[in-house]
Amino acid sequence: MNFSDILIMRHELMLTVLALVVLIIDLNLHNRDKHLIIPITLALFFIHTVVGFMPSQPGILFGGMYRTNALLLMMKNILNVGVLIILLQSVTWLKKEENREKISEYFILLFTTLIGMNFMISSGDFLMFYLGLELATIPIAALAAYTHHQTKSAEAGIKLILSSALSSGILLFGISLIYGATGSIYFDSVMQHYANTPMQVLAFIFFFTGMAFKLSLVPFHLWTADVYEGAPINVTSYLSVISKGAAAFILIILMFTVFNTIAPIYNHMLYLIAVLTMTIGNLFALRQKNMKRFLAFSSIAQAGFILLGILGGNTMGMTSVIYFVLVYIFSNLGAFGVVSAISTVTGKETMDDYDGLYSTNPKLSLLMMLSLFSLAGIPPVAGFFGKFFLFASAASAGYYWLVFIAVLNATISLYYYLLVVKAMFINKNEKPLAYFKSDLATRTGLVLSGLGIFVLGFWSQIYEIINSLSFGILH
Amino acid sequence: MNILNFFIIIPLLTVGGILLTKDLKQSRLVSAIGMGAQLILAFVLVYLYLSERSAGNTEPMLFMFDVVWFPSLNIHYAIGVDGISVAMIALTGLVVFAGIFASWKMEYLPREFFISLIILATGVFGFFISIDLFTMFLFYELAVIPMYILIGIWGSGPKEYSAMKLTLMLMAGSALLLVGLLGIYFFSAPDGNPLTFNIMEISKVVIPIEIQRFLFPFTFIGFGILGALFPFHTWSPDGHASAPTAVSMLHAGVLMKLGGYGAFRVAIFLMPEAAHEQAWIFLILTSISVVYGAFSAIVQKDLKYINAYSSVSHCGLVLFAVLMMNQTAMNGAIIQMISHGLMTALFFALIGMIYGRTHTRMINEMGGLMKVIPFLGVVYVIAGLASLGLPGFSGFVAEMTIFVGAFQHVDVFHRVITIIAASSIVITAVYILRVVGILLLGPIKNDHFLHLDDAKWYERISTITLVLAITAIGTAPWWLSNMINYSLAPIVERLSAIQITGLF
Repeated sequence: MNFSDILIMRHELMLTVLALVVLIIDLNLHNRDKHLIIPITLALFFIHTVVGFMPSQPGILFGGMYRTNALLLMMKNILNVGVLIILLQSVTWLKKEENREKISEYFILLFTTLIGMNFMISSGDFLMFYLGLELATIPIAALAAYTHHQTKSAEAGIKLILSSALSSGILLFGISLIYGATGSIYFDSVMQHYANTPMQVLAFIFFFTGMAFKLSLVPFHLWTADVYEGAPINVTSYLSVISKGAAAFILIILMFTVFNTIAPIYNHMLYLIAVLTMTIGNLFALRQKNMKRFLAFSSIAQAGFILLGILGGNTMGMTSVIYFVLVYIFSNLGAFGVVSAISTVTGKETMDDYDGLYSTNPKLSLLMMLSLFSLAGIPPVAGFFGKFFLFASAASAGYYWLVFIAVLNATISLYYYLLVVKAMFINKNEKPLAYFKSDLATRTGLVLSGLGIFVLGFWSQIYEIINSLSFGILH
Repeated sequence: MNILNFFIIIPLLTVGGILLTKDLKQSRLVSAIGMGAQLILAFVLVYLYLSERSAGNTEPMLFMFDVVWFPSLNIHYAIGVDGISVAMIALTGLVVFAGIFASWKMEYLPREFFISLIILATGVFGFFISIDLFTMFLFYELAVIPMYILIGIWGSGPKEYSAMKLTLMLMAGSALLLVGLLGIYFFSAPDGNPLTFNIMEISKVVIPIEIQRFLFPFTFIGFGILGALFPFHTWSPDGHASAPTAVSMLHAGVLMKLGGYGAFRVAIFLMPEAAHEQAWIFLILTSISVVYGAFSAIVQKDLKYINAYSSVSHCGLVLFAVLMMNQTAMNGAIIQMISHGLMTALFFALIGMIYGRTHTRMINEMGGLMKVIPFLGVVYVIAGLASLGLPGFSGFVAEMTIFVGAFQHVDVFHRVITIIAASSIVITAVYILRVVGILLLGPIKNDHFLHLDDAKWYERISTITLVLAITAIGTAPWWLSNMINYSLAPIVERLSAIQITGLF
């Protein structure tokens, strides 16, 4: 192994350097200049994102613990773009007086979790996978408790760390059973020996339960709403978009490779969990008034849709899941971006506060509407294409009734998304939120997500690229 | 460039133009110019289509244009028209044009109103030119969603309830539809060819009958909800009653036709075996629509509700005729779509104009309007007579053809059900004449009505356009029905080759 081999871990290395650089800059800056960290970090992360798109060699490191190929790079790049948008959207909030002391902590913790996710996606065995998962989870708990002087935020941090610990324990138990049953922790050799003996099925169930916690699938979703509501809004959007996206990526890779042999067995379970997740997520979202809780439950329901692609069980399923996550990142960041912009400037975050928003802040309202339509799967925005392909992949495996249930759920979700549209456009309000102008960074973040919502759907090239890569992982 | 692409491009340009405008005057002018151009384009298309045909072009679809969109799924942006879609496009052009003039005085958020209206129209135009199921579905949903905003913001009465009910029911319909379309897609190539969404390609293969049995109800009901199929019609009266004038016109006039058109172009054309098997169930449902809609219209007091239930009845007749699956009846179905589209748009335009003057839609509170607003009164009578099927207007041509076609079936079931459906003509006469009597004739009940102004110039443009079209079809139906018949022939041929019959 020489130095150039190490470079295939480009994403992880650069992020590590980035986190350290932020730390060093923070040490050397005088207290009143702390805000300078923000533009510097943004610029550095932007460079990191751009460099990430440069072509790279596939390869294996550390005797198979770490692997990378074009598809995995693609996943990491998707996450990078999402994080970039989140960083842009959090600038205004970070500049607030109360956060001045801990700006660098926000970036360092965030980058650390991103490193964890990258390692998790690139893992070649369960050990690296578990390390990545933990690295991606524990700092988020600190992030959730970022505004720790607020009880809710502190509570969110504790809830997140406790439920993560529990789920990690279950997951680890599953991994140990897998090791016991197959004698290996390497994905490739586990895959060859995986059979549908009771113990291996049990091992899978434990493993999947752990992942279901991370993805907040029903019935393992109970932590989600409280944590999402308590955490600062930008951390919430990070949790619901990036964290969940990374978990979905690694889950689909493992389901399609390692556990592929027991697909006929787990498909029944997935079917049931998909129906439960979509339905219960939707039914809870119906009654939410707090925008953060509202988006939390809606994102639970969205996770249920991801399972449809996994059930598809073919290249189309894989492609549609990755594509859906990509579209979901942009749509959800559009919605979270608006909520964040409004919440940072005015401190308002319930649905009633949005009454008559269109009369004062038309652009924000339009972006919010488009994002919500995209989440609901309405054309011409990208969410329509994302959902359509997911449904198509489930239908390709013959799950027509599941598709029907899913589309009905999409209709239910349209109801509560329209409630927000109704608040903004239709409801009359004596005193709507006053007009405000967001700063440049926030606007860039919003425009980026808005562009993504429009472009991703019509630009079929993106789907085709993902599709051509998805062949690489399947056998 | 292909002429059909302009049916998407012009509305998009118009939307872009409206974005640049500042107030009502500018935005309505831009909309009128854009949709006027669209109307002219529609007639150019009719002319081009007819000259192609007379030049001996026998392709089923003309002006085809095909771009691969998602190569790995074989999704195309594929467009093309035959006589049926050309007729529907001309109808849409007329109704949208009239709708713009009917909303000439839209004071509240005019730009947003016209943009939503034109996006809706884009969806409808796109739907009619698509021959790829994916594109078709995309445009279908694009046409439905602006309804929520249009009714929710500019509607009247319980508008939020109606808008939500309408959107959710139609979206539930598209849920059924999506399952049907995906099923069709995955069985579109039994012989190992790449799967396709292209209607013309799929029509060359036979989808296995047991698959058809499962998919046909999904597809037919999916479209049927939009076509106000009983018992899924309940969105229609509420939605129409709450919608602003132009939206009611467009919705009843054009959007509901998407249901009939899709049911015939997709459900029946692609799954003829299952259609033959299951037609009897849907024939019963549609004849309930026809009769029940007409009876409901009798007891309504609100003008818009009367017309909404009348639409349920007339649109039920479209699905009824489509399910008869012979040349004459299906020809009648298409003419009925166009006839009803024009006349219901005229009705809703008139109701909007009358409401704008009297500030009530309750027929009991009005009377003798013929004396004060003679122009609107006369046009109302014309619309009413067209609706009840008086010879000389389009309604007569349509209903006559439908019932003659339906009666060509010799078995008892079809005969009985035709007779039941035909009774709606009498019921229609009852509610139309009743309204005309109370509303227009008799003494003037309210002194405020003595000084009402008659139609303004823009209202006259709106109504006269529609009246001309109705009488043109009524007096010279052959050009329309020849155009339709030519394109129907291959479809009916495919249907009649099938020997399967249902329960009856």
